[in-house]
Amino acid sequence: MIEGARWRRWVFFHIPLALFIIFLLFPFYWMIVTSVRPDAELYQPWNAANYTPFWTLHPTLQHVRDLLTETLFSTWMFNTMLIATVSTVISLICGLFAGYALSRLKFPFAGSIGTGIFITYLVPQTLLFIPLADIIRNFHLGDSPWALILTYPTFLIPFCTWLMMGYFKSIPKELEECARIDGAPRWKAMAYIIFPIAIPGILSAGIFAFTLSWNEFIYALVFLSSPEQKTVPVGVTSELVRGDVFYWGELMAGALLGSIPVAFVYSFFVEHYVSGITGSVKG
Amino acid sequence: MAQVAMRSLNKKYDEVHAVKDVNLDIHDKEFVVLVGPSGCGKTTTLRMVAGLESITSGRVLINDKVVNELAPMDRDIAMVFQNYALYPHMSVYDNMAFGLKMRKFDRSEIQKRVREAAEILGIHDYLHRKPRQLSGGQRQRVALGRAIVRHPQVFLFDEPLSNLDAKLRVQMRVELKKLHERLGTTAIYVTHDQVEAMTLGDRVVVMRDGWVQQVGDPMELYNEPANRFVAGFIGSPAMNFANVRITGQNGGVWAEGDGIRLKVPGQLSNRVGSHVGKEVTLGIRPEDMRIARESDPAELNLPAVVEVVERLGSEILLDVAVGPVTMVASVEPTATAKMHDKLQLAVNPDRLHFFDSETEAAI
Repeated sequence: MIEGARWRRWVFFHIPLALFIIFLLFPFYWMIVTSVRPDAELYQPWNAANYTPFWTLHPTLQHVRDLLTETLFSTWMFNTMLIATVSTVISLICGLFAGYALSRLKFPFAGSIGTGIFITYLVPQTLLFIPLADIIRNFHLGDSPWALILTYPTFLIPFCTWLMMGYFKSIPKELEECARIDGAPRWKAMAYIIFPIAIPGILSAGIFAFTLSWNEFIYALVFLSSPEQKTVPVGVTSELVRGDVFYWGELMAGALLGSIPVAFVYSFFVEHYVSGITGSVKG
Repeated sequence: MAQVAMRSLNKKYDEVHAVKDVNLDIHDKEFVVLVGPSGCGKTTTLRMVAGLESITSGRVLINDKVVNELAPMDRDIAMVFQNYALYPHMSVYDNMAFGLKMRKFDRSEIQKRVREAAEILGIHDYLHRKPRQLSGGQRQRVALGRAIVRHPQVFLFDEPLSNLDAKLRVQMRVELKKLHERLGTTAIYVTHDQVEAMTLGDRVVVMRDGWVQQVGDPMELYNEPANRFVAGFIGSPAMNFANVRITGQNGGVWAEGDGIRLKVPGQLSNRVGSHVGKEVTLGIRPEDMRIARESDPAELNLPAVVEVVERLGSEILLDVAVGPVTMVASVEPTATAKMHDKLQLAVNPDRLHFFDSETEAAI
């Protein structure tokens, strides 16, 4: 906390904080306002008589209704949910065991394998989609959810593995040693002691992985083509922007509805998630 | 009923030879303490007995059975760790019951044993709390409870008291001793604290750089240290050392150094006599020195200048300069010595120690 005169606190704390919050939340506000603004107001010129860019006097749910009835939005939501959930579960399971092995077991090249996994995470998706597209085509997986369910783990598994490795390292190894002396073979010590303690870490890895796959754009754009297979980010941007016509109301309503699940997941697990990132375990 | 034996036990990490040729026999119901400065190999030795560390060479036997290849869980041991290693997501009860559950004990038997242990340790009131809701001392008790419910053959303690504050440490030390009296389970205890080692151990093993320096009961280590290291390590404040030359004059054996001229008395002179003309290390414990009276023979006095006076209440510690050497003398609390005083310190002639300057072994 900033000590001293009241003005100091305002200048160095309250005002910067307020600016920061406004800066951060304005896009969301804009999204909400636009999605409930009637078309007549949306497409008004800026110098019109009663132009009110920051609020609306005639809120409407028309755009939301259009989005849900006239587009495949609900299908996209379902697709995104399915793909994000399945790829997150796959990546979490793999990341959990890989992270445990790399942080706890002694085997040759453990260190270099760990680094190798991290490096694969650093290869940009914008490069990786080219060879992956070839593989997807060879396996005839294009334009199906499998194309994404199987490719998302290529960046999610390294991510989860690294996050879990870090978390496992913060758990004192005596806990596990004690369990092994107490009569638990390694897998039981893992299942009954280490994994339950690692739940904050597992949750944050899960939240991150879920968000990453929910928001993923490039693979979804490249590997899926028919409208009924698309995910929300791709569906909204490709189906609601036709040529140079932007359906702003529906676009914003789509963005708003599409970000609700992620916001929900975050707020639900926020406490675990924070301790997972900063995480240390005390015995 | 359990004896533990170590035969030529060695542990090598890539570069470091952590434990060197340790041979030790621990008898049934004995409380043996491994003590030494950090990095001396005591914890590694304990972990090899526990099965948490692989054995490079040598054997560990429990009840005459080689356990080198046995998993920790099959050795019938229990271990208490320095950081307690309580399972943070389990209640105190579940922490204590975990080992029994893993070994498929009956529910009623588990309950009986946990209650029993909780009763002994006085933790029955918070069986349903989580470890984080407990104080350091309570956690320590839970860790002990978790060890005793299993009725193991051997207890292993790895510096269990070093996370506690000084007062609690003394209290728990006494409780540990009582607990051992009551249960009579063979115990191996690792600590770097020589006071803990002396008070708890039936026998104490002093280690340094992976080697065992001396094994003996506490008074034996104190009275007859095998070498200079043990002499300096055991006892608080530590033994004073000075370099002296042994000379033979007027039919007696003398230890002479800078500002020191002491006559080595009868029995001791027989042993030290063989070193006439050689440099040796003289060792005097602070408690074997006092301020000299008129009647004290001059040949057993050390001229000293007081540098610091530390009044501890039950005794006074004088930091004095004897020639170029700084020594500590523990004198009676009625002494009136002040800083910069010049005085004569009388040494107890029967309790002088001499060590070979090269090998550091006791003479």
